[in-house]
Amino acid sequence: MAMFIRVDIPEDVQAEEPLRKQLVEVCPVDIFALDGERVVTVEANLDECTLCDLCIEASGSRVKVVKLYE
Amino acid sequence: MRFYEHEAKQVLQKHGVPLPKRSVATTPEEAETAAAEIGGPVVLKSQVLSGGRMKAGGVKFADTPAEAKDAAAAILEIEISGQKPMGVLVEERRAIAQEYYAAVTWDARAKKPVIIFSDMGGIDIEEVAEQHPDHLSRTNFSNLRPFSDYIAKVAVSKTGVTGNHLGPLTRIVTALARVFVQYDLTLAEINPLARLEDGTFIALDSHMDMEEEARTSQRALLRELGIPDEDTRLARPPTPFEVAGAQVDAADTRGVAGRVVEFDGNMGLVIGAGGGSLTLFDAVRAAGGKPANYCEIGGNPSVAKAAALTKLVLSKPGVEKIAVMMNVVSNTRADIMARGIIKGCIEAGRDPGETIAIFRIPGSWEDEGFKILRKYGVDFVDRSVSMHEAAARAVAKMGA
Amino acid sequence: MSILIDENSTFIIQGITGREAVTMTRELLNYGSKVVGGVTPGRKGRDVHGVPVEDTVRAFTERMEVTGAIVAVPPAFAADAVMEAIEGGIKLIVIVTERIPRKQVAEFIEYAGQEGARIIGPNCLGLISPGKSKMGGIGGAADATQRAFKPGSIGVMSRSGGMTVEISNALSEAGLGISTAASIGGDAIIGSNYAELMPLFEADPETKGIAIYSEPGGPSEAMLAEYMTASKSRLPVVAFMAGRFMDAMPGMRFGHAGTIVEGRADTTAEKIARMEAAGISVAERIEDIPAILKQRIG
Ligand code: SF4
Repeated sequence: MAMFIRVDIPEDVQAEEPLRKQLVEVCPVDIFALDGERVVTVEANLDECTLCDLCIEASGSRVKVVKLYE
Repeated sequence: MRFYEHEAKQVLQKHGVPLPKRSVATTPEEAETAAAEIGGPVVLKSQVLSGGRMKAGGVKFADTPAEAKDAAAAILEIEISGQKPMGVLVEERRAIAQEYYAAVTWDARAKKPVIIFSDMGGIDIEEVAEQHPDHLSRTNFSNLRPFSDYIAKVAVSKTGVTGNHLGPLTRIVTALARVFVQYDLTLAEINPLARLEDGTFIALDSHMDMEEEARTSQRALLRELGIPDEDTRLARPPTPFEVAGAQVDAADTRGVAGRVVEFDGNMGLVIGAGGGSLTLFDAVRAAGGKPANYCEIGGNPSVAKAAALTKLVLSKPGVEKIAVMMNVVSNTRADIMARGIIKGCIEAGRDPGETIAIFRIPGSWEDEGFKILRKYGVDFVDRSVSMHEAAARAVAKMGA
Repeated sequence: MSILIDENSTFIIQGITGREAVTMTRELLNYGSKVVGGVTPGRKGRDVHGVPVEDTVRAFTERMEVTGAIVAVPPAFAADAVMEAIEGGIKLIVIVTERIPRKQVAEFIEYAGQEGARIIGPNCLGLISPGKSKMGGIGGAADATQRAFKPGSIGVMSRSGGMTVEISNALSEAGLGISTAASIGGDAIIGSNYAELMPLFEADPETKGIAIYSEPGGPSEAMLAEYMTASKSRLPVVAFMAGRFMDAMPGMRFGHAGTIVEGRADTTAEKIARMEAAGISVAERIEDIPAILKQRIG
């Protein structure tokens, strides 16, 4: 169970196929994975998030990285 | 990594160094057969990786095959520095006229290999160096130029050896130097190197260490000697706790976490890395603390790796609390470490605030780390508290 | 002033496209270091954070002045990269790579000696002349580096990369600051040990004192003691000795590859005695170093 980080992917991001792929590519710790027509977060990797903001930049600030400890 | 005597001798044999007739036995019966085949008096030597065989009773003499069998049975039972022998080397015994010492090792001052030669072999070479310096020579040779026999000749000749002894000794020392270079050894030693009463020279005992980093490039040699990849050759076999630590470290390639060594204390240490670990271990002891383990964590390990190491340390019986300390970090992140260690505590069913005696990892991403530590009620300090002060604080909590 | 590197130093990074090297490049540029190029075979024409990449060292040295090279390639290829740098005419080479076999290290050190090149490392964090330049991963991100390394008057040398930062931080907090700090590497054989860097600090008017981190194993501390006795150095030296617990555990290796107690000379007790006899102060704790230096500088 992730204790420190949650990543929210809104529906409008799910609608864009190139962006779904891009999220998988940019994250250095494999937090995103493709699941059919959707991009999902990988539970086991969430806490490895390096807060590098690459997913946020790629999605024009639509993907949210939430620090559960704040 | 260290070679057994019989392996070192196999290497010497490949390179033309004269050796006694010999054979490795793993049972008393094999030793009896070996002694019968050799014929005449034999010496039996325990095959262990540590020194001090003679003192421990790991070397015995036998005049008949039956005696050899009894001697082997006794030797195979004797543990030396906590290690059971892998076998017994049965060797012919010859009459010796004089003993010499020859070794090639690294000279960290000159940054070159050095040949150490003495015409007083068989005894502690450090003692010869101190008490009979004129009987010991040190000769460096180049890393870049191919080894030339004259260098060995100079090394031997410096101790006053001349006449018809110089040639054969030069040939043996030359072979030893070539073996050292060719196989990435860190030590190649023949002691004693004996002149027999019939005037010939043979290597009676040999000791070789190979660079750990060279295991891959020297795979051909290791195959030839029948040494499997999983044979670690440590001076003391690792404890299950230490094996588990190595597994934590190997589980993913990011950073280092899990080079642990076990001690008897009640205070678990999650400390890093190289010099920081040495400093902090000293600091805990200076404050009167009793470490349960030595450990190294650093190089920016993953959260999962830090958590696994924490769980491992907490799993050790008698560990009441852990101290988490590092020097000011450059590439390891304080927040990633905080996440991993808190996660490890919780997964081990412990309250992080109670279990972590102190958290001192100043440096990169520390502000983010402090937020996490605050949320879980962990006692943390920044760089204004030194490594020694942090260790003393942690030790003070152990009594409570 | 400072030693080895200053604001005008230019350098290339060999192995610049590796994951850790990419991060290091960004940190160096942010700190103000002049990284003029990178070398990764087959990657000619690319760039890393704006730094041009070439296939060979000579592609840079033939057309521009290059002060130094940082070698950050994997252990199997590191020795070859160092040889290429030396052959390309580079005179200062910082090797951050760990686990290079000793024989290869000894080979390139001997070659560097013949060609008049200086090697720092291997297995080190590199060099920093605070406020001017840094060469290697030392200090990490630019803001963290600025915090731990303030410009000043103390030369720092350490066999441990992490402890280079810890000691420098203590000196910075105490207001003394650093002229140049050198992480010299934790291996048994290294390009430059304390005694070999001392003459450079000696010649630097800005340097008023020296702090070193030392540990069990190897002759580095004994060589420094001999240097201090023979040279009548003007510089007060304070040493911190770690790994005292290892004296009772011969043959065991803790920490760096170079730390192993094989004989009496390798123990911390023996090293402390030798250093003290040569006029080197030995501090019990890191936080004692600045006060001892202040007192000895006067
Ligand atoms: S911030 Fe970086 S590490 Fe975290 S989820 Fe986004 S891309 Fe991955």
